[in-house]
Amino acid sequence: MKLASRHLLGLDGVSHDDIELILDTAVTFKEILNRPIKKVPPLQGKTIVNLFFENSTRTRISFELAQRRLSADVVNFAASGSSVTKGETLKDTARNIEAMKIDMVVIRHASAGAAHFLTKVVKANVINAGDGCHEHPTQGLLDMYTLREKFGSLKGLRVCIVGDILNSRVARSNIFGLQTMGAEVSVCGPSTLMPLEIERLGVKVFHHLDDVLPQVDAVNVLRIQMERSAAGLFPSLREYHRFFGVTSERLNKVNRPIAVLHPGPINRDVELSADVADGPHSLILEQVLNGVAVRMAVLYLLGLSE
Amino acid sequence: MSNAILLQQGRLIDPSNGTDRVVDILIENGIIRTIGSRVEPQEGCEVLACEGKVIAPGFVDMHVHLREPGYEHKETIATGTLAAAYGGFTAVCCMPNTNPAIDDESIVQFVQSQGKKSNHGIVDVFPVGAVTKGRDGKLMAPISELVQAGAVGLSDDGAPVHDAGIMRRAMEYASMYDVPIIQHCEDVPLAKGGVMNEGETATRLGLPGIPNVAEEVMLARDVMLAEFTRARYHAAHVSTAGSVALMREAKRKKIGVTCEVTPHHFTLTDKEVSSYDTNTKMNPPLRTQADVDAIKEGLRDGTIDVIATDHAPHSLDEKDVDYIQAPFGIVGLETAIGLAVTELVETGVLTLTQLVEKFSTNPRKIIGKAIVVAEGQVANLTVFDPSAQWTVDCAEFHSKSKNSPFNGARLKGKSVAIFNHGRIFINEHYSG
Ligand SMILES: [Zn+2]
Repeated sequence: MKLASRHLLGLDGVSHDDIELILDTAVTFKEILNRPIKKVPPLQGKTIVNLFFENSTRTRISFELAQRRLSADVVNFAASGSSVTKGETLKDTARNIEAMKIDMVVIRHASAGAAHFLTKVVKANVINAGDGCHEHPTQGLLDMYTLREKFGSLKGLRVCIVGDILNSRVARSNIFGLQTMGAEVSVCGPSTLMPLEIERLGVKVFHHLDDVLPQVDAVNVLRIQMERSAAGLFPSLREYHRFFGVTSERLNKVNRPIAVLHPGPINRDVELSADVADGPHSLILEQVLNGVAVRMAVLYLLGLSE
Repeated sequence: MSNAILLQQGRLIDPSNGTDRVVDILIENGIIRTIGSRVEPQEGCEVLACEGKVIAPGFVDMHVHLREPGYEHKETIATGTLAAAYGGFTAVCCMPNTNPAIDDESIVQFVQSQGKKSNHGIVDVFPVGAVTKGRDGKLMAPISELVQAGAVGLSDDGAPVHDAGIMRRAMEYASMYDVPIIQHCEDVPLAKGGVMNEGETATRLGLPGIPNVAEEVMLARDVMLAEFTRARYHAAHVSTAGSVALMREAKRKKIGVTCEVTPHHFTLTDKEVSSYDTNTKMNPPLRTQADVDAIKEGLRDGTIDVIATDHAPHSLDEKDVDYIQAPFGIVGLETAIGLAVTELVETGVLTLTQLVEKFSTNPRKIIGKAIVVAEGQVANLTVFDPSAQWTVDCAEFHSKSKNSPFNGARLKGKSVAIFNHGRIFINEHYSG
């Protein structure tokens, strides 16, 4: 079984069968991760570059671990915003990669479309590890994996994504992927953090948590960035927490458990209260382990393509 | 051009005097000698067969960026006017966002003289002067000097005249002369950081959006200022249904406003951005199907006066970056007639007569360069074949830059030849 595309740029347009193949493959790899010897040989002899133009220790470590577990040779490239503009850096770097005969590139970049751009410049398989506000497909996949593991199936599952939808690549990948798998997706957050015409993506839009919580099985709580308040998109973190923070008080009003996901890192007691993050319905640590398994699955499956 | 040339059996369309008939036109020494049903070719007279072709007063593209002085790696006046000649234009109005900006009479004169030197001056280069010094929106440019030197309009294009107080004074001052203020309508804080139309597609792609209201807020303000000052105002490249509605209402109230639309805004929608092709990035951005439909209706009912390309050349390297980094703009001179015939005439939105109005009669009136096709007049003509089918190949463009989203498009309608200043320019890419 192979994926339809030799790149993973996003979940928009990825078929039900391909997502299922990735999730099923990840099940096998998760079993391996629980063995005493966690290393397997499928990517032996392949060289992978992790090209991170934005800092993200967690995502990079998760990818690197997945790559090493699959026996790939790994090179990390962290580029900060130097004097050169981002675009020039990306193109120059891509050309160097091409010259060095790299097999796969994992890219994280602040510009939406950067991973697409890379596919036009290099022959390697490209995995998008987050491009601006566009997509973060492996995060979407690991969230879906975690939900599938918890609930058995994604079909008919009701999931609400809470927070800054406007600037979130995690939100987009979750919306596209979950919908393809038959889940019902809603979004909840301040109206200024909702992208225009988000409802046209087939999601229900809420602005009050108490309205949406009774209707869902799980919430995926997004990290809120301090800068958004400074940009005038909402008044303060205090007000954000009071009206959009996912707290045990709010969750307890619904008399059945709601699973809680968060892509990390958490602003404790801002978008998510500490007791919920560490509580019995939190799947946050599961997400971290599943992230490695899902990334192994993606790397493995793309490694099969030519 | 030889002394005499006879255009045989072309369909002469001149909306300025209501002409629409098949004629022979004899041109001698650049002057139209005879227009008649049949004119016998004299000894040694060249003949251009024009069956099925339209002969029109010379087309003018009133919104181009020729990039000279300052950005000659993108375009020069020589390459830009050559692209215009191939595209069927006998005149272009060049925007002042050069370096230095066209905010001084010496720059107006420089641009004019480069135009006269380029391609034997067959394409008239009419500079548009800046509204403010350095186009920075603060101090009024020497408007009287610019107009006296030959500027046909005033604009800070590339950027709007943002401050309402400065716009008011500029309108008042410019109204001493018969020149329009040409505004690039964009409320900067509303559009800030945007790279494409704000809406479903931008939401899907995670690209920052430019809302249609960013254009409309400024157009609405300017219409009110134009009414207040009684100045002549021309809105560049309108792109939204809301702008068309504002213009329609302003014209109903007899306010002295006109506007233009680009071929890409009546041809493409923001769905094209889905490939992250940087040749779909321009400002104003591609909008939605509802906007395209409204623009077509505005063209049809006369709300939109002019088709202008906003020809904006950028080098391959400049466009070969990720979408957010890429500069705004596409070239348009060599695809304008094809797109207009294909999208507007073939679909029944415009008659050929209306097309000639939008490409020649109306823009020439706005910039004060009206012409008429009549015996005794200088031959300033565009000959085009509305049924010529061709495929766009950007590599063949004569513009220095090839940044167009239309590579490979199948179009109907192509320029055959232009006449101006006693010269003839034949498009050798045309094969009738
Ligand atoms: Zn403009």
